[in-house]
Amino acid sequence: MTNIWILAKKEVKSYFASPIAYIVLAMWAIIFGYFFYSATAIFVDYSMRAMMQRGQAPPMNINDFIVRPLLMNISVIVLFLMPMITMRLFAEEKRMGTIELLLTSPLRDIEIILGKWLAAMILYLCLLGITALNIVFLFIHGKPDWRPLLVGYLGLILLGATFLGIGAFISSLTKNQIVAAALTFGVFLMLWVLDWVSSYSTTDTGKVIAYLSITQHFEPFAKGVIELKDVMYYISAIFLGLFLTMRSMESLRWRA
Amino acid sequence: MIKAEGLTKRYGPHTAVDNISFEVAKGQIVGFLGPNGAGKTTTMRVLTCFLPPTGGKASVAGYDVVEQPLEVKRHIGYLPETPPLYPEMEVHEYLDFAGRIKGVSKGDIAKRVTEVIERCALGEVRYKLISKLSRGYRQRVGLAQALIHNPDVLILDEPTAGLDPKQIIETRKLIRDLSGNHTIILSTHILPEVSTTCQLVIIINKGKLEAIDTPDNLTARLQGHETVFIEVDGPADQVLGKIELLPGVARVARKDGHSGRASFEIETVKDHINIRSELARCVVESGWGLHELRPVGLSLEEIFLKLTTSDKAEAAGGTS
Repeated sequence: MTNIWILAKKEVKSYFASPIAYIVLAMWAIIFGYFFYSATAIFVDYSMRAMMQRGQAPPMNINDFIVRPLLMNISVIVLFLMPMITMRLFAEEKRMGTIELLLTSPLRDIEIILGKWLAAMILYLCLLGITALNIVFLFIHGKPDWRPLLVGYLGLILLGATFLGIGAFISSLTKNQIVAAALTFGVFLMLWVLDWVSSYSTTDTGKVIAYLSITQHFEPFAKGVIELKDVMYYISAIFLGLFLTMRSMESLRWRA
Repeated sequence: MIKAEGLTKRYGPHTAVDNISFEVAKGQIVGFLGPNGAGKTTTMRVLTCFLPPTGGKASVAGYDVVEQPLEVKRHIGYLPETPPLYPEMEVHEYLDFAGRIKGVSKGDIAKRVTEVIERCALGEVRYKLISKLSRGYRQRVGLAQALIHNPDVLILDEPTAGLDPKQIIETRKLIRDLSGNHTIILSTHILPEVSTTCQLVIIINKGKLEAIDTPDNLTARLQGHETVFIEVDGPADQVLGKIELLPGVARVARKDGHSGRASFEIETVKDHINIRSELARCVVESGWGLHELRPVGLSLEEIFLKLTTSDKAEAAGGTS
C-alpha cells in the first residue's frame, strides 16, 4: 500500500514538472468554461422568452437543461484529453530506461500499475474539480437538485477510471508516447461511437457491440440514475484494463 | 553470495547466455569481461530479476531469482548501463524516491540519502535537476541509487563507460572502497579495468563462459607465448629436426596435412613471442617450400586480443 502511494506521488509530481498537467488543466478549464457559459446563457435566454410569452410558465428545470447536457459533454471532452494523461505512464519509463529501476526494486507489478493509475486518477480528479467550481455558480444563482449531480459525478469518476485503465495498458505496449497517444485516442473514439450499431442493428451481436460502448453507459448517470449494470460495466472495464497492463508488464520481462 | 548454475537465456532462436555457472563469495569484486554483445548485460539482468532465465538456476544471498524475486531485489543494488534517472527530479529527491521504493524505512531515509551523497561525492549537485547534470555526475547518481538501501550485492553494468579518464579513476577507487561491505559484480569490455579492481574475472564470449580465474593467473596464462601453425613442402622428419633446434621452440606437434606436406604446430617458450620470422628464414634457407605460416589463436587469446584492441581503440578515441 505504501509503495503504491510512493509511486503515485512521484508520478503526480512528474505530471506537474512537465508542461502536460498545465496544458491539460488549462485546455480543460477553457473548453469546459465555454460549454458551461453557453449552456447557462442558452438556459437564461430560453427561460426569459418563456416567461415573456406565457406570462407565468412553470420555471424550467436547471438539472434537465444545464446539468445533464453538461455532464454528457464532459464525458466526451474527457475522451479527447485522456490520451494526454495516459500516454506517458509507461512509454516514458520504457524510453528513458527508468523502468529498469522500478522492475529491479522490490515492488510488485501490481503496485507499479496501481501507483501510476492512481496518479492519473488524481490529475483527472483535478479536472473534475475545475468543473465543480463552475457548477458552484448554479447553486449560488439557482436551486439545482444536488443528488442527480452527485450521481453524475460518480459516473464521471467511473468513466474516467475506465479510460485511464485502458490508456495505461496502451501506454505499456510501446516506448513511444505519440504512438501511445494516437492508439489510445483511436480506441477511445471507437468505444464512444460503438453504440451507433444499436440504431441500425437489432441482432444479438449488434446488442453486444452496442453494450460495449463506453459513453452509452454514462447516460443513466447523467440523468441521476445509478443502474447496477452500468456500474458493473465500468468496474469490469477498469479491471480488464489493469489486468491487461499486468500481462503487458509480464511480457515485457520475457521480451525485454 | 551469488550462485549461477547452468544459467541460460534465449531470445527466440538466439542464445544470449549459454549454460553459465559460477559462484561469488561474500565481499569479492568480480569482473565480467567480454566483448560487446557477449551476454554480460543479459546475465546481470537475470541476476537482478529483470529477466527470467530460460534455463538453469541463479540465487543471490540465498534467494532464488525466480522463486523469491522480491527478496533478491531487496539484497541487490543495480546500476544498469544507462543510469535509470528521472530528469525532472532533483538529485536528493531522486535518491529519496529510490530509497523508498527499495524499502528504506521512513526514519532512515534522510540519513541514507546524506550518506550516499557523501559517499558518491554528490554534495555539490544535491539540489540540482538531474537533467542538468554531466555524464559523470549522472553515473554517480546512478551508483548512489544502487547503494541507497545498503544492499549486500552490487551489480554494476559498465560503470565506467562514457566517463573521462579522471572520472574513471575515481569510480574505480569508489568501487574498491565499497568492497568488503558489499559483494560486487561489474561488467566491462576493458581489460585493465578488471586487473585494477577485481579479485576474480569471469570471461564470457558469445554467451559462453570462457574462463574464471584471478587476474594474475589469467595474465600468466595469456601472455608470453605463442602457438604457430606451419606447412612446409619438404621431408617431414628433416623439417621437424630443424625446427626443434630453433631457439625459443618449446614443443612441436605433427599435424596431418591434407596435401601430404609436412604440417606442424609449434608452441614457443615463455616470453619468446616472435618466432615466425625465424621459422620462415629456416625453411627458406633449407631450400624447402613454405606453404603456410600463421599464428593459432586459442579462444581465450582471441578474446584477450579483442578486449585489448577495443581498449586501445577506446583510449585513442578518448584522446582525440
